[in-house]
Amino acid sequence: MNNEWPLWEVFIRGQHGMSHRHVGSLHAPDAEMAIKNARDVYTRRNEGVSIWVVEAANIAASSPSQKGPLYEPSESKVYRHPTFFDIPDDVGAM
Amino acid sequence: MYAQMIKTAGTGVKDSSEMTEQERHFQDRIDAGEKIEPKDWMPEDYRATLIRQIGQHAHSEIVGQLPEGNWITRAPTLERKAILLAKVQDEAGHGLYLYCAAETLGVSRDELTEMLLDGRMKYSSIFNYPTLNWADIGAVGWLVDGAAIMNQVPLQRTSYGPYSRAMIRICKEESFHQRQGYDIMMKMAQGTAAQKAMAQDALNRLWFPSLMMFGPSDKESVHSTQSMAWGIKINTNDELRQKFVDQTVPQAEYLGLTVPDEHLKWNDARGHYDFSEPDWDEFFDVLRGNGPCNKDRMAARNTAWDDGKWVRDGLLAHARKKNVSRMAAE
Repeated sequence: MNNEWPLWEVFIRGQHGMSHRHVGSLHAPDAEMAIKNARDVYTRRNEGVSIWVVEAANIAASSPSQKGPLYEPSESKVYRHPTFFDIPDDVGAM
Repeated sequence: MYAQMIKTAGTGVKDSSEMTEQERHFQDRIDAGEKIEPKDWMPEDYRATLIRQIGQHAHSEIVGQLPEGNWITRAPTLERKAILLAKVQDEAGHGLYLYCAAETLGVSRDELTEMLLDGRMKYSSIFNYPTLNWADIGAVGWLVDGAAIMNQVPLQRTSYGPYSRAMIRICKEESFHQRQGYDIMMKMAQGTAAQKAMAQDALNRLWFPSLMMFGPSDKESVHSTQSMAWGIKINTNDELRQKFVDQTVPQAEYLGLTVPDEHLKWNDARGHYDFSEPDWDEFFDVLRGNGPCNKDRMAARNTAWDDGKWVRDGLLAHARKKNVSRMAAE
């Protein structure tokens, strides 16, 4: 059996942050140790108030070769942006 | 530099016409300043070079804890001791960031550790020098971390994304290390005659080993060209060494200390200091394992790894048991 501790990805929400952000990864035997280590390594200088850890094996990622099919639709649908629509000045703020 | 003497894999820089379609696309992205990410295609030699460089960098952070750790129990005041502890903790964290960056290239941390422990991978030559008095801790922060920063600031723009991001994080913390070192040197240099003599002694012993941290002279560094073409390396060894000397000499003057180099002289025409080259025979000898502390350092790392095996295994066994009982409860 492989005796290497699994890899965990670490997400931290900052003091005034709106969401958790990926900050790095670490090895730990279990989730509790992963959180303790993330506390020690990634919040030593007041970086955050909340930690998530996820075992890296549980993350699925998109691949660079899918770039076209995944993101091209947003280029051709400019009407999704409010700035696409011209509203007469007389209408006032909208 | 924490990663010196990186032998770039491969057979030399290819001309655009010799490249495959994939290689050309890769080189174009590098030339356009785009970052390469873990899932992107990359030449195998680029991958191998980066594993060596980031791995060596990570090992340096870990082995680098030993010379400073040597003085934790003997720090002269409680405040200095607490600061030194915080610094050594940072080094552990830097090692961790870098191992994680290396792992995105498809090598595991334990594999890298084993390669360090059995001598297949190297760490910075500087950590093979002993810390003989308290002022050495100041000189290590000021000179060794100073040299490291000089190298790491440009590496924030290195072409491999995870390495560049690790460098950004590390640089922020590294300047704390350099300043705390200089602060120790100031206290010593302005203290009693005995303290000042200790500071001078530390500078005398650590000056040339610090210059060696940038790696061999450009004339001998045959591997740089490919690393620079791939955007792994931004400046040449000699450029960074010159920059370090130019910045550090005035800092030594401020302390009232003498840099141990009789040829050190400001060159008005060049706008730089002229200085003596370090003893490169000594450098290569230290890299071959014959420096003052090579054997001690590796023995300490091997003992920690071997004696800690039952703890690592125990934690893993406990985690697996908890997992099984949690799944049974669900």
